[in-house]
Amino acid sequence: MALDSQAKKVFKQVGTRPRRPDGVDKVTGRAMYGADATAPGMLFARVLRSPHAHAVIKSIDASAALAQKGVKAVVTSADFGVPEDLFIRDVQDNCMARGKVLYDGHAVAAVAAVSDAVAKQALKLIKVDYQVLPHVTDVDEAMKPGAPVVQQGRTEENVGPGFSENVTTYCEFGHGDLVAGFAKADRILERSFKTAATHQGYIEPHACLASVTSDGKADLWCCTQGQFHVRNVCAEIMGMESSQLRVTASEIGGGFGGKTTVFIEPVALALSRKTGRPVKMVMSREEVFRATGPTVSSSMDVKIGMTRDGRITAAEAHLRYQGGAFPTGTVTMGGQSAFAAYDLEAVRTYGWNVMTNRPKEAAYRAPGAPMAIYAVESVVDEFCQHFGLDPLDVRLMNAAKKGTRSSYGPTFDAIGLIATLEAAKAHPHYTAPLGPNQGRGLSCGFWFNFGGNTCVTLNVNSDGTIGVTEGNPDIGGSRASISLMAAEELGIPYDKVRTIVADTNSIGYNDITDGSRVTFSVGLATIQSARNAIKVMCARAAKIWGIDEDAVIWEDGAAKPSGPNAGDFEPMTLAEIAAVSAETGGPIAGHHEVNADGAGVSFGVHLADVEVDPETGATKVLRYTVFQDAGRAVHPDYVEGQMQGGAAQGIGWALNEEYIYGKDGRLQNAGFLDYRVPVASDLPNIDTVILEIPNPGHPYGVRGVGETPIVPPLAALSNAVSRAVGVRMHELPMSPPKLLKAMNGKG
Amino acid sequence: MSLKITGIGLVNMQYARPETAAEASKLLAEARGATRVLAGGTDVLVQLKAGMVEPDLIVDIKKIDGIRSITQEDGGYRVGAAVSGAELGEHAGVVALWPGVVEGFELIGSTQVQGRATMAGNLCNGSPAADSVPGMVAAQAIARIQGPAGTRDCPVADIPVSPGKISLAKGEIITSIFLPARPNHASDAYLRFIPRTEMDIAVASAAVSLVLDGAGVCTSARVALGAVAPTVVLVRGAADCLVGTKLEDSALAALSDACSAACNPIDDKRGTVEFRTQVAGVLAKRAARIAYDRAGGR
Repeated sequence: MALDSQAKKVFKQVGTRPRRPDGVDKVTGRAMYGADATAPGMLFARVLRSPHAHAVIKSIDASAALAQKGVKAVVTSADFGVPEDLFIRDVQDNCMARGKVLYDGHAVAAVAAVSDAVAKQALKLIKVDYQVLPHVTDVDEAMKPGAPVVQQGRTEENVGPGFSENVTTYCEFGHGDLVAGFAKADRILERSFKTAATHQGYIEPHACLASVTSDGKADLWCCTQGQFHVRNVCAEIMGMESSQLRVTASEIGGGFGGKTTVFIEPVALALSRKTGRPVKMVMSREEVFRATGPTVSSSMDVKIGMTRDGRITAAEAHLRYQGGAFPTGTVTMGGQSAFAAYDLEAVRTYGWNVMTNRPKEAAYRAPGAPMAIYAVESVVDEFCQHFGLDPLDVRLMNAAKKGTRSSYGPTFDAIGLIATLEAAKAHPHYTAPLGPNQGRGLSCGFWFNFGGNTCVTLNVNSDGTIGVTEGNPDIGGSRASISLMAAEELGIPYDKVRTIVADTNSIGYNDITDGSRVTFSVGLATIQSARNAIKVMCARAAKIWGIDEDAVIWEDGAAKPSGPNAGDFEPMTLAEIAAVSAETGGPIAGHHEVNADGAGVSFGVHLADVEVDPETGATKVLRYTVFQDAGRAVHPDYVEGQMQGGAAQGIGWALNEEYIYGKDGRLQNAGFLDYRVPVASDLPNIDTVILEIPNPGHPYGVRGVGETPIVPPLAALSNAVSRAVGVRMHELPMSPPKLLKAMNGKG
Repeated sequence: MSLKITGIGLVNMQYARPETAAEASKLLAEARGATRVLAGGTDVLVQLKAGMVEPDLIVDIKKIDGIRSITQEDGGYRVGAAVSGAELGEHAGVVALWPGVVEGFELIGSTQVQGRATMAGNLCNGSPAADSVPGMVAAQAIARIQGPAGTRDCPVADIPVSPGKISLAKGEIITSIFLPARPNHASDAYLRFIPRTEMDIAVASAAVSLVLDGAGVCTSARVALGAVAPTVVLVRGAADCLVGTKLEDSALAALSDACSAACNPIDDKRGTVEFRTQVAGVLAKRAARIAYDRAGGR
């Protein structure tokens, strides 16, 4: 859907900050999260997980567990088939190891029992005979010929020779003549970087309640970012028809991409089918860390050529991402996004996806982009230091704009990068004085955003209120934004609209809540649903007035005759039309179904001030400002919340968060004590500046905003640290032991 | 009060809540299998939940008469073994006399944890990174212990043996910790390094207790380091660097070097040998400056 032509449209609802619809439930503890679902006769399930990073399962003996009073069933991979579809097979094998365990924490069996305590005890009675195999967790080690092979036969044809079988896919993006480009440079920098795997760190662990009945129907309640995805995957694994498996998404305690996949649901369904009872399964925090997806860890080489006045003449990057024990495609997005902020004549990225003995990577806010852009933005910053150039001026000089052929192929339409950079330059933060051991860093960030399959129903209730039914779990305020857009379009107050997220049998298919797609796509479908409902309401008014449908227009929440020739009738409000709907043809509703495109990319720029303790290497973030193009900020509180939340997660990634593996291949910090996300007192207030450069692909100009803000903090902090202490780090996180060591090395 | 908690099949745990220390000691002495003493529970309950321990008997000591009180004694304070961090932090007398001990204890966990956590529990957990222990060792605190044969006093410094292990015998519990009197112009301070600002465990830590004369010259000092060896380390050589000085830069540099030299840490997920060794010296230097200021040295 194109941007509405009335470009100067005055919004009455969009852009306001009404109270959030989920706030009362969440602060009073009433919200129903995944673990809150219960059913009569419910059993409790627990999962036995591998203590080894890589091992053959020689045998599993569950007889002692099954003999235990209160234990109702045990399932292993033997209780599942072998799906033909490789994607489905990987999901299933990740939920329950088949033949081999591929990482520390990989599920090998599950128990359903009358209580959680009995289930927990029963796990100890299951005997698993393992033959331990050599393992590999580092991406560079895993790529070497001769490395322990995680899974055989998964390498695609375009991966060249010289690698182990762990390298599954290869990709390449870019255009122009690199050799000629580098020849024009006054200086060429080649630098290598590494980033650690980080977890999404949502507060709510995965949880579900599965109930399979003897006539082959099933209900599944779970916390997920996509109930339709869960349904499709589970139906295929269970050999069910989609209509017979109804999946209801609970309220969600954070997702950030990590709840776009399936970890426990098929196991709970299998246990429920085996026992004939509802089965509840809740992961512990340790299980979340060991067996759900963190993001990839990476190893990267960046080469950039620049003239002494700051023009980039050529750029290339080699990206190696490990995504755990199954093939993933994340490096593709790294390769596409690495140089997206720049208008380049010669650019190339090369990417390899690699398997290791780690949990399968899951999406995490702009998956693949933060690490690649961190590497690029670090090198650009080093050039600025070397040539003595202003880092914002250099980015402005090279910035992508409307008409730029992007480094990944498409030509950009209207984008907000230059406006965002200029806003950063004009902001008082950029010129505020700094003290000793303090430094200021900045970085650009980018994310594609996504549209996708979307389906919305808008019901006009007879009392003049509106129910919007949509199918995307609300992880960032989408219900409020959708209600605002419905209210805007219908011309009624926000509080007359309630938006709910429906189960898979109550509305048509919706893609997962991902790609920052919901406010864009569901918003677009809501606007169109409202317009369809308006058409119906105008027709009803025409019927009452006895005039032609085309002679009725909708203005300020009411149907009106289009002009004097149409007739002289008092406007009929939405409530008045709704009240008599039974007499004019029945209930009134609007629907819209679409596979939306035109999502519109989003750029951001972050400014970070840090102070480094010269004696301990501790980095304190003193001041932080996020500048981002939101296209149109529908509910600015939520837009700012996304910008702040992404920045907070990116700061954690830059400073302390990492998956730490021992020599035995086991995860050493499977808890929030030693997996160090920032706590509130670690962060300054994160200031936000929203830019609004309308997206040509949305009637109101909306762009997704959820992912871009996690991208810039990595380089912004590394660049700030470099300027504070004169040491450039090439590895994340910049935890105090690593930074102090580097500072000592400087002498 | 004693109650048996049984589940179906395997779960079988006894819980007792005696009202005298002698009774608590007797229960523990006579128990077969694994036992745990429950005061605040901020370690025990976490260990239970994580499946790290499955005790046959839990003895809750919070109902023991006097165990939750702070009393003045010989110019110092006797702190009951079940006094929480929140209670100690609000006791003006202890805060004035031993601010370093209190600040170390108050760094543990969150506000919620502070409402439950106890110094005696922190000591008996046996962690070399325990935040309240370096301060107590620097303060020459004395633990009073109830055993099957009666009570005895033992310096806090002699309680930890190795990570997770303490010197108490079967049936012994700590009932109170005594923080002694001190002269005028004396104070203490505790600092730890964590990568965050709170909710974390010390990567290295240092407590410094000083006595000054009227002219601001240090007449005696005690320096204790945490998380840099299997137990808290009392560094006599470091303390010697301060005695006779006004904590000039050269004295502090010598203190820092002596502390680093006394470190015998490990590499682990929380920090490296190199980092802990270097930072322990930095923390000791900074804690000494704070203690000196508190003692009226400036």
